[in-house]
Amino acid sequence: MEDQDTALNENTSAEKVTLVVHSGDFDKIYSAFIIGNGALAMGMEVSMYFTFWGLLRLKKGQLDKGPLSKMHMLGLGKWMIKRRMNQSRVVSLERLAQDFKALGGKILACDMTMDIMGVGPEDLRQDLIAEYCSVGTYIEEARHSIVTLFI
Amino acid sequence: MAEIKLDVRGETCPVPLVEVRKALRRAAPGDIVEVIGTHPSSKKEIPLAAKALKLELLSVEEEGEEWKIKIRR
Repeated sequence: MEDQDTALNENTSAEKVTLVVHSGDFDKIYSAFIIGNGALAMGMEVSMYFTFWGLLRLKKGQLDKGPLSKMHMLGLGKWMIKRRMNQSRVVSLERLAQDFKALGGKILACDMTMDIMGVGPEDLRQDLIAEYCSVGTYIEEARHSIVTLFI
Repeated sequence: MAEIKLDVRGETCPVPLVEVRKALRRAAPGDIVEVIGTHPSSKKEIPLAAKALKLELLSVEEEGEEWKIKIRR
């Protein structure tokens, strides 16, 4: 299956998107994965660089545990938004992360944040993470990207 | 040459687009991916994705809230 897809990729220019995921907020993690998946679906390469509060969402069991960026209201706002999202059949962050990986997206984890926060690779979703790295890797990814966003 | 059928009726952003891309990855050159859905923006965006992937858009049909799109891999 992968072989056939290589052919598909050869038909397209390797346009690239790099996202910095700095926020760990629930809604912003959604935005990041939706943009990432959309870009992959439309034939682009995508790297998501998780740093600071964003990196904490890559800890085991923490992907959807962030607060809302606005109107969190001790969890009440988030509960209401999640209910509305379910009613609108928005898929889970876990599903978006699995699709991101299945479509060839790359998740990078900031190793400086890991030091600061006292987080080791064993604490993180190693099944999702492609690489542990720092700013030089992000810049190398970003300089070849036609879209880069800081979320 | 196979025809791969997808049903994403009721699904919302970004699922229709992502599922089409996943199906295209599974497909062999020449295969046809047919997708039925209801998410309004995806009716416009799936053809944009086909164009970006330099694949042939065979048809876009609409009946009520439902649309059906065919793409040749």
